[in-house]
Amino acid sequence: MIKLFKVKEKQREIAENANGRAPVKKQSAGELRLHKDISELNLPKSTTIAFPNGKDDLMNFEVTIRPDEGYYQGGMFVFTFSVSPIYPHEAPKVKCKTKVYHPNIDLEGNVCLNILREDWKPVLNINTIVYGLHHLFTEPNHEDPLNHEAATVLRENPKQFESNVRRAMTGGYVNQTYFTRCIC
Amino acid sequence: MAESAGRWRDLDKLLLRPGNIVSPNFEPGPELRDDLQTYARVLVVGAGGLGCELLKDLALSGFRNIDVIDMDRIEVTNLNRQFLFRLQDVGKPKAEVAAMRVMERVSGVNIVPHFCRIEDKELDFYSDFTIIALGLDSIEARSYINAVACSFLEYDSDDNPLEESIKPMVDGGTEGFKGHARVILPGKTPCFECTIWLFPPQVKFPLCTLAETPRTAAHCIEYAHLIKWDEVHSGKSFDADDPEHMQWVFSEAVKRAELFGIPGVTYSLTQGVVKNIIPAIASTNAIISAACALEALKIMTGCSKTLSNYLTYNGLEGLHTKVTEFVREKDCLVCGPGVLLELDTSVTLQKFIELIGEHPKLLLSKPSITYRGKTLYMQAPPVLEEMTRSNLILPLYDLMDKVSKDVIHVNGMTSKNDAKQSCLLKLRIVFKGIDGMTDMDMASGA
Repeated sequence: MIKLFKVKEKQREIAENANGRAPVKKQSAGELRLHKDISELNLPKSTTIAFPNGKDDLMNFEVTIRPDEGYYQGGMFVFTFSVSPIYPHEAPKVKCKTKVYHPNIDLEGNVCLNILREDWKPVLNINTIVYGLHHLFTEPNHEDPLNHEAATVLRENPKQFESNVRRAMTGGYVNQTYFTRCIC
Repeated sequence: MAESAGRWRDLDKLLLRPGNIVSPNFEPGPELRDDLQTYARVLVVGAGGLGCELLKDLALSGFRNIDVIDMDRIEVTNLNRQFLFRLQDVGKPKAEVAAMRVMERVSGVNIVPHFCRIEDKELDFYSDFTIIALGLDSIEARSYINAVACSFLEYDSDDNPLEESIKPMVDGGTEGFKGHARVILPGKTPCFECTIWLFPPQVKFPLCTLAETPRTAAHCIEYAHLIKWDEVHSGKSFDADDPEHMQWVFSEAVKRAELFGIPGVTYSLTQGVVKNIIPAIASTNAIISAACALEALKIMTGCSKTLSNYLTYNGLEGLHTKVTEFVREKDCLVCGPGVLLELDTSVTLQKFIELIGEHPKLLLSKPSITYRGKTLYMQAPPVLEEMTRSNLILPLYDLMDKVSKDVIHVNGMTSKNDAKQSCLLKLRIVFKGIDGMTDMDMASGA
């Protein structure tokens, strides 16, 4: 090996002058895999995706879900995705940007979805997560509460829950919390 | 200080005498030690528990040109094992203090410290080293350095790696009583990405468990860290290296634990859970570092065959150690050869897409294409297709910043045995007739 480097030392200048390596930017394996995920996205028609930082930053994007059935029909909910360079070894970080009255999403936008944390596997992809999020709106679930109050109302008084969701989505107070309008 | 005659006696025993289990290119003789000291340049990545050991071991093994890179400053809790540091060093950059201490103790060695992030350095910085020794504690950082080292790798037209383009790495890692040491010769042995599945998934608690039904001290800590923090500090992000932030999380975790009657929340457990820290043991670091330094010496001088290629050590119950020979991922996107394509500089992106659709080795339809983080074309979603469509009429050569040869990545559908499957591929693009070189010269990385 050393001999090789003695030779290389001499060749270095020549090599440097010849076609220069382009040291622009390293692309992580995570970026490549994400790129594939994105190009193969097959989103439900109620969903759109946007790249606020332009086409060269796919690692940060927003998914907008407009549920077409259930309690949240007519609402518009924006989720931010932030993907790590070691994706898919690590799940994307997903937060709900729209303040929502929901048993599985808290007022800070944390989302309780198993595949985002304890059940993430590298074989899953962005599409799976989007479908998972979509499912949260069609089937809100009082058994995994992040918003304790909303979960209790859903369990004990679904009618009340429905009217609370409506009030929140049209812009207004539910108990002491103000929700901005998110009906489109 | 004059160098004593016997100083390199032990090293010379390895370097002066022929042997049977040496590398094929081993040439024993006094010149070898001089060459090691003159031409070998090692980069030590990380100046923590392993890094301190590595610097000492490499310096005492005859390496003279060493650089060390680390972005951290010394903390009190480092002092039990990061033996190059003293109480008065707390707060100073690890790389700088470590370099200084080893130079004070080992005459003739020159260690250049770099107090910065590994991502802050240009690729040229890394290309100067003959070998890279990793003493890291994160998958991200390993993955990054691995990608950098593999980016220097070139293949000839028969997809054989070019010896002089191989940037060897030795990677050490420890967790408590357990550790590993591995040799990575990109193009010859599996790279970090080939075997990334070796890492167990990180333990993550369901958020709703944290919010509703905490059962352990760790649950209480993660509640304070992941949920309560955001609730109270709207918008301000949590910084695990800020003691005030950590103290806040600790005190909230204590409140939470009291509420649910859960014992065991301490400040050090809080640090451990939040920063994913596993208690480090000095002896494990010493053992793993010794193996890594020895492998570095073997790779550089050829005085013995190298470890092939992954050593695991477990000192938890007695002592168990084993070497496993992992194999390369044939189509590894990071270290694999990819498919070689020669193109004219006039080929547009549109034309290129047609070419890879017809290429017998590829037959790739509906491709999306990236070049070094630049998205050249996306088939979907529509919003990205629209943003990248204007590239189709541009020459690929221009889109690749007029570099005569480089790697690009494409993904799309391929039909193998009549079945369509999606795939992600690495392509080595060589443009014909640049810089007056012949095609073959460039394909073989002259």
